[in-house]
Amino acid sequence: MSTATYSAHDDAIQSGAHAEHDHKPSFFVRWFFSTNHKDIGLLYIMFAIMAGLIGGALSGLIRLELAEPGIQIFTAGSWLSKIGIIEASKQGYNVVVTAHALIMIFFMVMPAMIGGFGNFFVPIMIGAPDMAFPRMNNISFWLLVASFCVLVTSLFVDGGPGRGFGGGWTMYPPLSTIGHTGPAFDLVILSLHLAGASSILGAINFITTIFNMRAPGMTLHRMPLFVWSVLVTVFLLLLSLPVLAGAITMLLTDRNFGTSFFNPAGGGDPVMYQHLFWFFGHPEVYILILPGFGMISHVVATFSRKPVFGYLAMAYAMVAIGVVGFVVWAHHMFTVGLNVNLQAYFSAATMIIAVPTGIKIFSWIATMWGGSIDFKTPMLFAIGFIFLFTVGGVTGVVLSNAGVDYSFQDTYYVVAHFHYVLSLGAVFAIFAGFYYWYEKMWGVKYNEFLGATHFWLMFVGVNVVFFPMHFLGAQGMPRRYVDYPTAFAFWNRVSTDGYMITVAGIAVFVVMLAESAIRRRKAVANPWGDGATTLEWTLSSPPPYHQFNDLPVIEADAH
Amino acid sequence: MASDRKPPRRKGHGLIATICAGGVFSMVGLAYAAVPFYRAFCQATGFDGTVRRVERAPAQVIDRKITVRFDANVRDLPWSFTPDQVAQTIKLGQGGLAFFTVTNHGTAPLTGRAAYNVAPESAGPYFLKTQCFCFSNQTIQPGQTERFPVIYYVEPKFATDLNTRMFQEITLSYTFFPVRGGAAA
Repeated sequence: MSTATYSAHDDAIQSGAHAEHDHKPSFFVRWFFSTNHKDIGLLYIMFAIMAGLIGGALSGLIRLELAEPGIQIFTAGSWLSKIGIIEASKQGYNVVVTAHALIMIFFMVMPAMIGGFGNFFVPIMIGAPDMAFPRMNNISFWLLVASFCVLVTSLFVDGGPGRGFGGGWTMYPPLSTIGHTGPAFDLVILSLHLAGASSILGAINFITTIFNMRAPGMTLHRMPLFVWSVLVTVFLLLLSLPVLAGAITMLLTDRNFGTSFFNPAGGGDPVMYQHLFWFFGHPEVYILILPGFGMISHVVATFSRKPVFGYLAMAYAMVAIGVVGFVVWAHHMFTVGLNVNLQAYFSAATMIIAVPTGIKIFSWIATMWGGSIDFKTPMLFAIGFIFLFTVGGVTGVVLSNAGVDYSFQDTYYVVAHFHYVLSLGAVFAIFAGFYYWYEKMWGVKYNEFLGATHFWLMFVGVNVVFFPMHFLGAQGMPRRYVDYPTAFAFWNRVSTDGYMITVAGIAVFVVMLAESAIRRRKAVANPWGDGATTLEWTLSSPPPYHQFNDLPVIEADAH
Repeated sequence: MASDRKPPRRKGHGLIATICAGGVFSMVGLAYAAVPFYRAFCQATGFDGTVRRVERAPAQVIDRKITVRFDANVRDLPWSFTPDQVAQTIKLGQGGLAFFTVTNHGTAPLTGRAAYNVAPESAGPYFLKTQCFCFSNQTIQPGQTERFPVIYYVEPKFATDLNTRMFQEITLSYTFFPVRGGAAA
């Protein structure tokens, strides 16, 4: 073992001292039996990029279909029916909408944020050599791959009304029970069970790592905000996913084994499924965004060359969002016939979430205030995130009013809202983190021009896609329909044009990846200068295969 | 070698992981516990339009009238099922008596059970039944016609509750479902 010592403030690069110990296993053993948190993190990121491209292609089918009134793509004789992978029917449209949602939520955002950046950086940021349970980490990743394969399989088997499951990611009965009699939905249930098991194992791993393996001096109140965000996120996972698992198991037994949890004929109640689902579903949307909050804090602080404003308030705002997130679920169900007092409670509780969220937005702005701001690609994405998330947050407060929700329930206004906070918010946070840690993770530099071009195309593109949806929703265009009246044609056309701009942005992203892989400009340990203060910047890029054989010591001002 | 920088101890890992796993299993348990809890909650409070069953007779009658409409449906049974009256107007607190007629048009004796609900849902807590065919399974012989009475009343508090005081009408709805395994009985 090396005798090299260093602390959070040392610039010492560990890889030199450890070079002779840095044995990497052979290719197959390294990537398929991987127990190294950094390798697993990279696997998760690659998996998320792959799933994101598939999910994005599915949304392309939706946008192409909605480009003009009438049914052009999802109908017999279209080019889609000639390809034959997706059923060219109205059921096929519903299947694509469902698969787009499930893939983006469970196989793109969650693997990228928690599995990818979480695995790679949480152990490094708290000064730990690896995760607490490295082999369990491997199981988590491969369960997710299996889960994805099962979900994709469900697209090709009989669902009942046609091929695949078209009941939406919310899977409400009776559409998911007597409405889909084929095996496709059983495969979706199995897929979600596997994904849930993967996430729960990952959550246990993170909690144990963060509680038990912090380096000397790394108290909870000195942990970087990204670690805080992952800690809150994995607690939400741990407490909400089992409820989803229970609810979909009830669906499974209702479908196959004659129970009637949600079947009124046997004394059940379909509305109870909605309560169970949203008890999971609402924490789930915070699961998708919280790690992004953590990453944005680091990016904003780094490129403003200032410590993040209001560290403790930022950490406890995330805790507050996590706690309150568990008691607001019925705002997704205002129209099921809730008692007016319950509607008032859930409206008020939902609006309260705007307070900790506002603390975060204002603290990011205060961090930038008076800073020496450097508009590198990660910072562009971070500022884009703050803008887009604020727009989505404002429409969220609008929707939280039960009275307003009676008009907006299941319209494109809701679609615009959750895409502003997730598709744009969470995805921009992921890209901010991806560029911020690009050199650290992959050991090569990205091209700043291509990164900035990617940002501007995406930023313009997604706004053109989703902003018109506010107008469509306010005019009453409902979600999840394959067709619409001619009155909605103009803004749908604009929205589809925006999709094309976004595709151009993603193409630049792919070019950026290829360019950096071909040119292989050698990465430096810390490309961002004084603003980057967390432990990962004290290591080489990429970090040594095993880091922190001697634990760093963290002093009081380390965050 | 710096002696104060030992690798982290593995001792506590199992404990934390076990506590987490306990949390997972208790949340699964809570999800299933929600089923009987939700049912008990609805029956106790009349939440979501669940009609409550009571033994006692109405206590007081007030001078405010309400119209109760009746609705009858059948699912997956060769039965006809109709209310004998479209609507009844009664005073709050006053007992009402309504009749429903069921005929089995099939060739075998069949057993069904009626699920029931009221609309608006917020009337659930105040719509009480003292006698109803929906409390038990009903077996009808082929070709046989049965007439079922329902005795109900609406609590006077209906007139003062914020959620219900604006309503002039309540609809009581029944749906007969086949009882599994009861067809041959």
